[in-house]
Amino acid sequence: MSTLESAHVPLEASNSAPAVPAPTITQRHSLLVRVTHWITALCFLALLVTGAEIVISHPRFYWGETGNILTTPLFKIPIPSSRSLVPTGYGYVMPDQNGWSRALHFQSAWILVLTGLLYVIYGLITRHFRANLLPAKADRSWPSFSASIKNHLLFRKPAESEAWSYNLPQRLTYLFVIFILSPLVIWTGLAMSPAFASAFPSTVTLLGGRQSARTLHFFISIALLLFLIVHVVMVYLAGFTARMRAMITGRTAASTERI
Amino acid sequence: MTEISRRKLITTGLAAAAGVSGLGVAARFAQKYGLVPPDHGGLYGLGETLTYAAQRLLTRHSMAREFSRSQISERPLANEIAPFNDEYKRLQAGNFADWRLTIDGLVDRPTAFSLDQLKSFPSHNQITEVACEEGWSYIAEWHGLPLHHVLDLVGTQPHARYVVYFSIEPAWWDSMDMADALHPQTFLTYGMNGGELPLGNGGPLRMRVPRHLGYKSVKFITHLTVTDDLKKFGKGLGSASPEGGYAWYAGI
Repeated sequence: MSTLESAHVPLEASNSAPAVPAPTITQRHSLLVRVTHWITALCFLALLVTGAEIVISHPRFYWGETGNILTTPLFKIPIPSSRSLVPTGYGYVMPDQNGWSRALHFQSAWILVLTGLLYVIYGLITRHFRANLLPAKADRSWPSFSASIKNHLLFRKPAESEAWSYNLPQRLTYLFVIFILSPLVIWTGLAMSPAFASAFPSTVTLLGGRQSARTLHFFISIALLLFLIVHVVMVYLAGFTARMRAMITGRTAASTERI
Repeated sequence: MTEISRRKLITTGLAAAAGVSGLGVAARFAQKYGLVPPDHGGLYGLGETLTYAAQRLLTRHSMAREFSRSQISERPLANEIAPFNDEYKRLQAGNFADWRLTIDGLVDRPTAFSLDQLKSFPSHNQITEVACEEGWSYIAEWHGLPLHHVLDLVGTQPHARYVVYFSIEPAWWDSMDMADALHPQTFLTYGMNGGELPLGNGGPLRMRVPRHLGYKSVKFITHLTVTDDLKKFGKGLGSASPEGGYAWYAGI
């Protein structure tokens, strides 16, 4: 629990009648976490849709520095293309949507990166990461980890405490998405910019070339999409209304039940 | 009003005021140092401006990656182009002897160069990658002369801010700021991989801007205009690209 969050609690609790619940229960997510969460969600959706649109103009992926329809691809996505030059086996060409897709892709990326920076700085200053995402000391062991995974795979009902705290696999997943996948998707994206690459050429060569960067960008995006799907499914399984309320109003269902 | 909320109100107010005046200062700074792209209006203006400003600050003098001869693509891809127009075909029939590159606008000596004249200047080479916004790319060796060489010959005036360049194909034109126009790798190219520049790759004369995506490297160049105001051209968005939904700045 951060100092910021607890600072809000007395005010909010005083509005809400007789029983004063413990601060940890009323305030599930801080205002900054909630706002950055939804900006991130919106930007990520825009990035997914526009990214898919851009892929349609060339649904072929390569490894190395160069690649085009005259070279052998690493793999192809069996969909029609928005360019007649790309051989897809389909007898028609999709409408070109790259203009607005690229513009929205980069604009969303900017907003998302700035939002992410704000979130990370906030998380470090308020110890949000240490308190809520870094596995608790007792959990930093293999038996604890495997037990938690087992409970997940058996779809065992989570302990009530999990309504206002993250469990171990959750913490590790969030840390992986925030500190591994997000920087990687930004890096591989920037590596595709010829101007950025002119200033920082090693960002491309370290990845094995421009086309490798594009292919990696695609796979990391798929990994992020998988995270999104699992995330939404877990929210649904854990109680959609309560979790949505927690991320929108900041309060947990647990607290309202207790009140 | 409690002590906390009053303090909060004052802090928020101060932060908002600082934010607004900060934005104002940033906007004036951006205008002054040429960090605002011509297509900064509209729904995606924020993204376009942030990208252009950030990359202009980071990459003013950076050099596009160059490659070794062994990395040159075996088959340089010629992207789709519209069928050649009658004017092009007429010049092609004369082996491009009458092809001219006219340069006007904010220059001391407006000039029309023939291809032979351009080729008589010291030739330069670069092995750089053409990267299309669609995702594909190839590497070729390009022969030509840096644009700044001809700009020096015609004498650009001090208040020049952009070079606008036109293809023989109508409605195919683009522009770049002076950082790109004077960049040593921005070439007027007339040759590729040791031979003439193939027509499909932009022959007889193509602009090469290797720090930008392929669409900035307009093919079949016949005309350059040096200007301080892009509003005078087309719809005032800096090039034909934003008119078709694509960004003017193509460094990303």
